[in-house]
Amino acid sequence: MHLTPQTQHLFLGILAVLAVASVTGWILKRRAAARPAMQPVVANLVARVNAWWVMAGVLAGTLALGFHAAVIVFGLISFFALREFITATPTTMADHRALFWSFFVILPGQFFLVWIQWYGLFAIFIPVYAFVFLPIRMTMAGDCKGFLERTARLQWGLMVCVFFISHLPMLLTLRIPGFEGRSSQLLLFLILVVQSSDVLQYIWGKMLGRRKVAPVLSPSKTWEGLVGGVLSASLLGLALTGFTPFRWWEAFGLSLLATLLGFFGGLVMSAIKRDRGIKDWGHMIQGHGGMMDRIDSLCFSAPLFFHIVRHGWT
Amino acid sequence: MSSPGNTPVQSLVAGIVKLITGIRAVWHGCPPAGSRPRVYFANHGSHLDFVALWSALDAAQRHRTRPVAARDFWDATSLRRWMACAVFRALLINRDKATRQDNPLRGMVEVLEQGESLILFPEGTRSLTGETGAFKAGLYHLAKAAPDIEFVPVFLENLNRILPKGEMLPIPLLTTVVFGAPVTLQPQEPREAYLERARHAVLALRQWNQPA
Repeated sequence: MHLTPQTQHLFLGILAVLAVASVTGWILKRRAAARPAMQPVVANLVARVNAWWVMAGVLAGTLALGFHAAVIVFGLISFFALREFITATPTTMADHRALFWSFFVILPGQFFLVWIQWYGLFAIFIPVYAFVFLPIRMTMAGDCKGFLERTARLQWGLMVCVFFISHLPMLLTLRIPGFEGRSSQLLLFLILVVQSSDVLQYIWGKMLGRRKVAPVLSPSKTWEGLVGGVLSASLLGLALTGFTPFRWWEAFGLSLLATLLGFFGGLVMSAIKRDRGIKDWGHMIQGHGGMMDRIDSLCFSAPLFFHIVRHGWT
Repeated sequence: MSSPGNTPVQSLVAGIVKLITGIRAVWHGCPPAGSRPRVYFANHGSHLDFVALWSALDAAQRHRTRPVAARDFWDATSLRRWMACAVFRALLINRDKATRQDNPLRGMVEVLEQGESLILFPEGTRSLTGETGAFKAGLYHLAKAAPDIEFVPVFLENLNRILPKGEMLPIPLLTTVVFGAPVTLQPQEPREAYLERARHAVLALRQWNQPA
């Protein structure tokens, strides 16, 4: 498999946007030289843009290599996200074996189901089978202290980090009449809209942000950033109509839904971080924090986008 | 692929450990490379402790740093013996006083005199609870015998969760290895006072690592 001509054009567009971002960063860096107060923000901006180059490159390479490469890459992303989630979550020695199962059997198992495209089991493997198995395994450790909390935390982590993320490569298996061989464009469409919504929320928020949306959960999110980011990213989705199997209002509506879910996904993960007393999930991606900090918005939008497209278009 | 001074197996082991635990070294109070040999002493909760500390060092330092390990465990099977000797170049010592024929201190001082560093776990055994227990006197005697050496406290985070005592298989969690400012034995400082000070120096690094 290789990149479809449309995907190639889209990546050229991404390349151009990143080039503009890099040049802007370079200009801001020169301006900030005289203003020390600006420097940390600019340094973070430059680090973020540099990381975007890497992420765009990984995504292009993955899509060019095809379906099985995507399963492996998103499996690894899932692994890094679960590792960050469990690290930040209190676990006890009695959870050790159940955690081992989660990392080395359930996680690979879920992506194996994507690999063999067994949709029926894919859709219930973690919500049903892992849900039943893990508490049973935990009873064997013979420790009832905080039992419900411990099992609930682990199940929650598997749902968000593994089950939800596995819907991204699963998009590649959808067969839409008249759209054969181009399912990778669905994946790219979703990632592009949701991630650009994150970036646009950041930009709108930095420029106009005044009124806080959720001062307790996430002090950096503002109404101006939310409305501006979600609307402009949805307009981007609309502009990408020709790249998708959707009509223009469908592309807009799906983008609106995905970006709103992305916003709330970020908010939910932010509430968990705040409760645990951490600012970032990890240090994996320069300027962004951990893997989870980058994909939290995709976690919540991926499964809904997948199911709506699967029911409405296949 | 091997880093300068490291054998391919050493680089491979350090690479695997970094991949699984995403080790992050935080140097808080001393630079990653010193002019003198060092004794790194840390809290102990897992078999992976010295591997993690050893992997967190940069390649050139790793090459010149040897963990101090218990002979009764590492000499028990041929695989462990190979790991201890060929991979980590561990200095094996007898823990049990009854079977001890020579003073383990002498071996440690010899290594330091050859310009190499040591990794030491002054609690003597792995903690079951994640709490850091009292330090054994060995650290004090070594500090007295090797006054020119830097004694660097190290806090290892999460390793007792990655591979707790009594478990065979590790789970992948993120690890932070925090290196602190060297603790120097003061003239006439009593043994108990020094050991307690050293223990607090390790525990203090936990604060540094606590999320803001």
